[in-house]
Amino acid sequence: MAAKSNLTNMVLCLTAVCLVCSALLGCMYALTKAPIDKANADILKASIGAVLPDGGDISDAREVKVGGQPSEYYVSSNGDEVVAYAIKSTTVGFGGPLTLMVGITPDGNVYNTSVLSHTETPGLGAKCTSDEHFYSQFKGFDPSQKILSVKKDGGDVDAITASTITSRAYSLAVKNAVEAFKTIKGE
Amino acid sequence: MSKRKLNIFTKGFFKENPTFVLLLGLCPTLATTTSAINGLSMGLATLFVLVLSNIVISAIAPLVPDKVHIPVYIVVIATFVTILQFAMQAYTPDMYKTLGLFIPLIVVNCIVLGRAEAFASKNGIVDSALDGLGIGFGFTMSLTVLGLVREILGSGSAFGWKFISGDGLLVFVMAPGAFIALGYLMVLFNKIAKKS
Repeated sequence: MAAKSNLTNMVLCLTAVCLVCSALLGCMYALTKAPIDKANADILKASIGAVLPDGGDISDAREVKVGGQPSEYYVSSNGDEVVAYAIKSTTVGFGGPLTLMVGITPDGNVYNTSVLSHTETPGLGAKCTSDEHFYSQFKGFDPSQKILSVKKDGGDVDAITASTITSRAYSLAVKNAVEAFKTIKGE
Repeated sequence: MSKRKLNIFTKGFFKENPTFVLLLGLCPTLATTTSAINGLSMGLATLFVLVLSNIVISAIAPLVPDKVHIPVYIVVIATFVTILQFAMQAYTPDMYKTLGLFIPLIVVNCIVLGRAEAFASKNGIVDSALDGLGIGFGFTMSLTVLGLVREILGSGSAFGWKFISGDGLLVFVMAPGAFIALGYLMVLFNKIAKKS
């Protein structure tokens, strides 16, 4: 069984264990850093690709401030002509932050949306990524003609059954992206 | 394999099943078993940490002064959990997306510390590895069964394969359904386990 404790061996033991563990973690971090960055970049790239029309070179991340909140965006352009903007937009859903990538064409219409990360309830709010009827509503959404909020709040978006809060957060995220787009255009 | 060793390995399945008999580690059990795949992956993640921490702890236990043994065990467990987290983030980003939140919680999963304290610190390396494997597989099995039951009732699918259109009984996907399903499975499990 365990050795009898005295100050020296307690300090020595803890120091040794912590040193070895931190060395291990350091190595592991160095080993996995590149794959992790690549995995994250792939996710981001895939989501940008999904929300923008084909063609056009995608720029590096830029930042726009809307209501004091910085939000990241990417511009897809063909030469000098801007094809579309992809704007990252985060709101609070039912289970935590809900982050969307919203593609907006220069005329101000929503081209498409895709969920970057969420912590919604599986089987309920998490359907915002799988319920086609829900997310396809935002495809080609014209914010000057229709209102970006759920029908319960007097808008034009059909909420997911039993997941009004998630649907609200999703609509709000798209709305914020549209606001960000207006700011970008105004610049 | 001697009978005693076999016994150490198999006791985690029924006699000391962590979920249904010992009722340990219920937080990740209830939270992650929304589908069979999630339950299975959480079980395997815990298995990984459990086996490695059991091995290391049984190896260093004689050298650790008894007043600091808990902090030392926690540091060892946390190290393995963090390694697992890095690895998942790097190589299975999709899995990490669903389970990421619960992986750090393996550190405070009482099964892992419980086995370190109750078994690994008093037994040899081989026995401790077997104990970790047995308990880990028992945990994985329980989580998969619970996840499967909840997925079938809640979403009408099994391992992602959908066999009804539309929704199931949504309550089983949410926390209250987790308690209900766990309760009934426990009754069933203990009835069968008592008979055998």
